[in-house]
Amino acid sequence: MSNILQDAKNAVQGVAQMVMQKAVQLAPDSFIPGGRPDPLIREQHGNVGKPLSRLDGPQKVRGAAPFAAEFALDRMLYASVAFSTVVRGRISRIDMAAAEAAPGVALVMTHLNAPRMAKVPLLMSKPKAAGGIDLPIMQDDRVHWSGQPIALVLAETQEQADHARSLLRFEYETEPAVTAFAAAKALGTETGQFMGQPLKMERGDTAKGLALAQYKVDRTYTTPRHSHNAIELHACTVAWDGDTLRVHDASQMVAHTAWSLAQVFGIEEGQVHVTSPFVGGGFGGKGLWWHQVLAAAAAKLTERPVRLTLSREGVHRVVGGRTCTEQRVAIGARADGTFDALVHTGTVVISRHNPMPEPFILPVMSAYASGSLKFDLEVAHIDMLANTFMRAPGEAVGTFALECAVDELAVEMGMDPIELRLKNEPEKDPVTGAPPSQRDTAKAFRDGAERFGWSKRGAPASRREGEWQIGMGVATACYPYHRMPGGAARMTLGQDGSVVVEIAAHEMGMGTMTAHTQVVADRLGLPLDKVDFRYGDSFQPGMVMAGGSQQTASIGFSIIAAQRELVTELLKLAGNSSPLAGLAADEVGGVNRGLGKLDDPDRHESYASILSRAQRDELVVEGSAPPPIEVQHWSMHSHGAMFCEVGVNGVTGEVRVQRFLGSFDCGRILNPKTAASQFRGGIIMGLGLALMEETQFDERLGRIMNPSLAEYHVPVHMDVPEIDVIWTDIPDPHAPMGARGIGEIGITGVGAAVANAIFNATGRRVRDLPITLDKLL
Amino acid sequence: MPIHVNGSAVSVPDDPRVSLLDLLREGLHLTGTKVGCNQGACGACTVLVDGERILSCLALAVQYDGREITTVEGLAEGDTLHPLQAAFVDHDGFQCGYCTPGQICSAIGMAGEIERGMPSHVTQDLATETIAISRGEFQERMSGNLCRCGAHNGIIDAISGVYAGDRGALERFAHVAESAE
Repeated sequence: MSNILQDAKNAVQGVAQMVMQKAVQLAPDSFIPGGRPDPLIREQHGNVGKPLSRLDGPQKVRGAAPFAAEFALDRMLYASVAFSTVVRGRISRIDMAAAEAAPGVALVMTHLNAPRMAKVPLLMSKPKAAGGIDLPIMQDDRVHWSGQPIALVLAETQEQADHARSLLRFEYETEPAVTAFAAAKALGTETGQFMGQPLKMERGDTAKGLALAQYKVDRTYTTPRHSHNAIELHACTVAWDGDTLRVHDASQMVAHTAWSLAQVFGIEEGQVHVTSPFVGGGFGGKGLWWHQVLAAAAAKLTERPVRLTLSREGVHRVVGGRTCTEQRVAIGARADGTFDALVHTGTVVISRHNPMPEPFILPVMSAYASGSLKFDLEVAHIDMLANTFMRAPGEAVGTFALECAVDELAVEMGMDPIELRLKNEPEKDPVTGAPPSQRDTAKAFRDGAERFGWSKRGAPASRREGEWQIGMGVATACYPYHRMPGGAARMTLGQDGSVVVEIAAHEMGMGTMTAHTQVVADRLGLPLDKVDFRYGDSFQPGMVMAGGSQQTASIGFSIIAAQRELVTELLKLAGNSSPLAGLAADEVGGVNRGLGKLDDPDRHESYASILSRAQRDELVVEGSAPPPIEVQHWSMHSHGAMFCEVGVNGVTGEVRVQRFLGSFDCGRILNPKTAASQFRGGIIMGLGLALMEETQFDERLGRIMNPSLAEYHVPVHMDVPEIDVIWTDIPDPHAPMGARGIGEIGITGVGAAVANAIFNATGRRVRDLPITLDKLL
Repeated sequence: MPIHVNGSAVSVPDDPRVSLLDLLREGLHLTGTKVGCNQGACGACTVLVDGERILSCLALAVQYDGREITTVEGLAEGDTLHPLQAAFVDHDGFQCGYCTPGQICSAIGMAGEIERGMPSHVTQDLATETIAISRGEFQERMSGNLCRCGAHNGIIDAISGVYAGDRGALERFAHVAESAE
């Protein structure tokens, strides 16, 4: 009965959602955020678009930028964490006498003495929920995955804590566990859900389309688990002051983390203060895991500040990565290359305590037009560490399967793979039917092909230089424009005409602070040195997760909203004796250190003058970004063309990437210097995905077997050729500044571009990542 | 004898388990030297000892009695950045900045190795006294310093800019790369 009621409720909600979505789609553009193009798009002579070096660069190269584990607090204790060595069961006995007696030890915390704490609300279950794992933390004797933290030792020094932890002994009563992909699938699968939507749809009859197709491919591709492996270890330094908790964290979500920790400890959101001024790489991994909660719990018990730095192995035990996938792509095409059927289905494994399905079907939702379209992502459950978001979740591995399949079809048809792709370039969103906000994939391909010398590509296995077989490959990159609700910013304008902007956003190396200083300077008509962009503090306004490549848009709309408040207030203060008298907020903008009429800049008064006449030292305003319904009104996606040239050693099977070009259509580029680094960084992580990265999971032990940077291979200097990046720089008229986020698109398409180049070099098709040399011998 | 860190005398720790890395970061609060793995796999903890690069996570502090340690904090001269630090900023040789101090210290040590004629895996003539500088030499020799943000191109550009061309700007900073011999 309750199921029926729940189904009915879901159906009603679904209908309401669909009606709302339809209304948003049909609404006039002017009702939608971005409906009136951001005036900054027209500004071509300001700071936006200039290759400004990172403003925090000197601090970073001096080693003076403080990271989470670098805040020294008085009487601070060091933590060391013990991890379970079994997958499932109960801890039956803990021998902690030796550890407790070891020199310097202040606390051994287990489920027996940990304070009572609520579960961390699971990411996306509430607006500010941040948890990666939906389990109670050290509240009972249960073990749910191999590597679960089961004890924490605090001591005066790290050496003492690590030694004492090594003296702990555990006994377990183990229970049967599911640790193999095949076994999990045999137990049954469910349709994956992502952002509240089932990852399953069929439009038209794909079976018929495939059966009648003149040309078709139908292939299976597999991708392994991946780990973010940011070089900075996950760490936090925490301290209680009465009932308030101070957390120096390495975080992509300070506001979410503060709210979620408040739920855990049963205190108010404002009693938790989380800051994260610098983050040593995130890539989706720097969220709220168990270590921050354990550190805060232990600090509470000892009434002393605590520093907890996970070891590199610890990161692999506690922080989830990207899960593995098995994907089928089938394409049916007419003789001219037109797709009549496009199918992308498959299975991923997830744990029981997290819902993240690695949505590999996302690319097929935007990349191509097709007479019929089907996607279906199923999840199977394994007893393992919760997997999570990792750079371009879904797209990174989904584009591997889809774009290899398109290449295989092109080979089958004897058609140029670029022409085949452009033949199927959609005019409207393949799923929603919405018009694109801006889309020029064709230009990205044509510009890229020209620059890369694509026309010199030969037949498969036709080019040899000594031991090396040389080949070229291409693939589509794609990533959507996202914007999450809750963006807000505060501006404090001083009488000296300087502005402080505060927003709880993040800088993990994307160049956020630098690029948005440029944006604010142009928007307010100020020189760069009059703009102080502050971020990374949960006490600041806004809920701006550094995820989904959405910070640029979220900050952009928040700043627009705050500036509008600022202008409105300034016009009130300016009064009737100002040259601005009688003008409405829409008629003025930030010009030459003050406000000016947009079409008559002589009507102008400086910020300093307005404030001084009003006898105000400063003006403080806050603005909130509108709900992100532009993503329903338009089809908002970035695309790119990835070109790769490889050499494959005919003797050893070794693959060397010799050249790589990424050609992107991502809207306007705010800072070409930091943007190029973002693109290159994504591409290099993609080279790792293509050729070497694999989190090795022992299907018998249910345990990650290479939890170190010695055994989890990432690209090193010698693996990385000079990477060329270009972009169309065509502004998206419906995105703030005309810019779509660029943090993740770089990793997409790379796996396929490399695999397709290897095919062109050798005539051998490898459908299983990573493409290590044994697969080519 | 004390350990000399960026010119200041520091006593060796009482606990012989303390690594040079932990002495710097926890004992002296010189947190410019970073920790990425604590097992010699990532290079983030690279410092210069008498001008040579070492992984401070694999070094016990007590072994460095009487030695000259230079960390990233010891490279700049007041407001003037070491030319390599400035080049990293110019070439965007980092994103998050976490591996950066290790990359910079490592590059300084590496340049000394090339100058002393130490061949690498890609050096064609192992008997040569003068190593021909190339992008490949720099890439090979820097491969022990991992960067996860993918700033490799900018890092090699920065190193090439400083060590492959006119080295005049380095003169003022020669002491950093000097060995104790």
